[in-house]
Amino acid sequence: MDFLLDPQALSDFLSTSLRLSIPIIFAAVGGVISERSGVFNIALEGCLLGGAFGAAVGAYVTGTPFGGLFLGLAVASLAGLILAALAVGLAINQLVAGIAINILMIGLTSYLARLILGADATETLPGFAPLTIPLLSSIPVLGQVLFTQDLLTYLMYLLVPLTWWVMYKTPWGLNLRAIGDYPVAADSAGISVSRVRLIAVLISCAMAGLGGCYLVLSQVFVFTEHMSAGKGFIALAALILGRWNPVGALLACLFFGMSDALQLRLQFGSPDVPYQLFSMVPFIASFLALVLFAGKVRPPAAIGIKYVRGGK
Amino acid sequence: MMLTAIRYFYVLRPVWAVLLALFAGSGLILIAGVSPITAYAELFKGAFLDYWGLAGTLVKTSPILLAGLAVILPLRAGLLNIGAEGQIYMGGLFSAMAALLLPAMPPLILVPICVLAGALGGGLWGMIPGYLKAYHGMNEVILTILLNFIAINIVSYVAGGPMMQEGAPYPYSEEIRQELWLPWIMDGTDAHAGVVVGLALAMVMYFVLKYSTIGFALDTIGKNATAARYAGVPVRPYIVWVMFAAGALGGLAGTFEVLGLKYRLYHHFSPGYGFDGIVVAFLATVNPLVAPIAAFFLSGLKAGALVMQRAVGLESTVIEAIQGLVIIFVAASLGFKFNATRWSLFLQRRRKLDAEVGDTFATFRKGEE
Repeated sequence: MDFLLDPQALSDFLSTSLRLSIPIIFAAVGGVISERSGVFNIALEGCLLGGAFGAAVGAYVTGTPFGGLFLGLAVASLAGLILAALAVGLAINQLVAGIAINILMIGLTSYLARLILGADATETLPGFAPLTIPLLSSIPVLGQVLFTQDLLTYLMYLLVPLTWWVMYKTPWGLNLRAIGDYPVAADSAGISVSRVRLIAVLISCAMAGLGGCYLVLSQVFVFTEHMSAGKGFIALAALILGRWNPVGALLACLFFGMSDALQLRLQFGSPDVPYQLFSMVPFIASFLALVLFAGKVRPPAAIGIKYVRGGK
Repeated sequence: MMLTAIRYFYVLRPVWAVLLALFAGSGLILIAGVSPITAYAELFKGAFLDYWGLAGTLVKTSPILLAGLAVILPLRAGLLNIGAEGQIYMGGLFSAMAALLLPAMPPLILVPICVLAGALGGGLWGMIPGYLKAYHGMNEVILTILLNFIAINIVSYVAGGPMMQEGAPYPYSEEIRQELWLPWIMDGTDAHAGVVVGLALAMVMYFVLKYSTIGFALDTIGKNATAARYAGVPVRPYIVWVMFAAGALGGLAGTFEVLGLKYRLYHHFSPGYGFDGIVVAFLATVNPLVAPIAAFFLSGLKAGALVMQRAVGLESTVIEAIQGLVIIFVAASLGFKFNATRWSLFLQRRRKLDAEVGDTFATFRKGEE
């Protein structure tokens, strides 16, 4: 732990933590939106993967990261549309619908990636370069960590407070939370439950898709099969720990990012210990955090319950 | 009469959904420039119509069926077990440890011990989320998912660390001695007895769920846990033990992979059979008696995919995509519920209409004469 004392090593460590947590932050904050409207979004994993796949194909075809960003958002939104159609439209068990989307996304992206990217799959794709923000980046330690990042990171800085503001300070956010807690009352007040849920699920999946875009366009610059590797599920744990609040989810994700950075450090520090011992650290951290700290949280009351007008 | 026919049409809706999904999947095959008809023909021929192919399908049916049962059982009580994958890994780990570390004993004693050890490993792994669900109200879905990742990494660690065979190119353990291997059911193939055990357990589960108080209690908990508690069902212990039993089934799936097929503890030895179990549970509409058919079909798709890849040069990952389509379509089909009153009203109205139209025809004909 002596690296915490050296400013340069500390800022490197924090920087890695931030980078590792950004995909899960996008997914978790997106998940908050959908779950506050009463729709479990277990498809975050599939949306992350779909976003990553879209980003890779878009960047490959157009040659710019913006093309990747566009297609990544489109693929993730498509997954969101399917989830909304199944869980909101047909009132199918939300968990089943989410699992179905995850399985579809794993299969579809690995097949199409081999078909489209084929032999070029290992070639580096165009991505977003880091942008240093003048003045702010010269703050000791934190400046270097927070303000020498790339475009998508700055987008995340904007999206988290924006989500908080929309959820707690706008009429639409009030509607959203009302629907998640007591859809019958919201419906009798004239709010369209299915419309708000549809929009919430779409935004949620698109945001998780941004996480996937970040993976490809800012982190590794290639697409690999099943590269989301459980990040969507860690995001789910994070949003429970963050008590279904975007800021809470952000903090929980930073905690998971830090535990991930720590395990990477340990892995490189002790090459003779099998690395799997360390790679389970983020999952154990999520599990323990859930068991120890999230025992008494109250989820949105109507979460997971389908709403059928005139039903019971 | 007509109403019964429509009801059967509804009962069979997973079948229609599968057919639709295969049809949609032919689009995916087409974009690779392969004829879907040839591809599907090769796939089904390779999976079901050939001795070796059938054996390959049965090899995969064993873990997929058991994982399916591991999902179906707790689902009756309203619990979604996404943890079958982790339970498979823990089952494999415990049975491999029993087989490799226990002192020499007659196989007749040691094989059952290894199998029970595997069931116990999976069962304990399933019991953790069961306990946390029952006594702390935590969401079993997210817990089982996280436990999957932990279990997969534990097995990788053990197979690549403490139990790794010396000089092995990648993480796997020593070979288990031949006297502990499961018997084969088809000569000269890999098809082992695991699938028979799975089939027997499916039957047992069907009868237990249908005719015993356990089945009744589980269904009551699934419908309304509060009502079940008032009716005197010890809801919390039931949740813990049903998750133990589910985990044990998953553990058996892993055990048979190790003792019946691989004979070593490999890292990543299950390519997602636990998740296939979820697909089986929904294909079978949560009925243990249908689960073997669903598992057999799904295994056929997977086994046939490799044959198809060799025959027509189509990437076998297409089957994963089609499997995704299958579960989306089946999930969607479950949203269309049979509504007897609405259908009988519709039929009544049609009969009336037919009668009226018949009348007009009759008068019309009379006028003609």
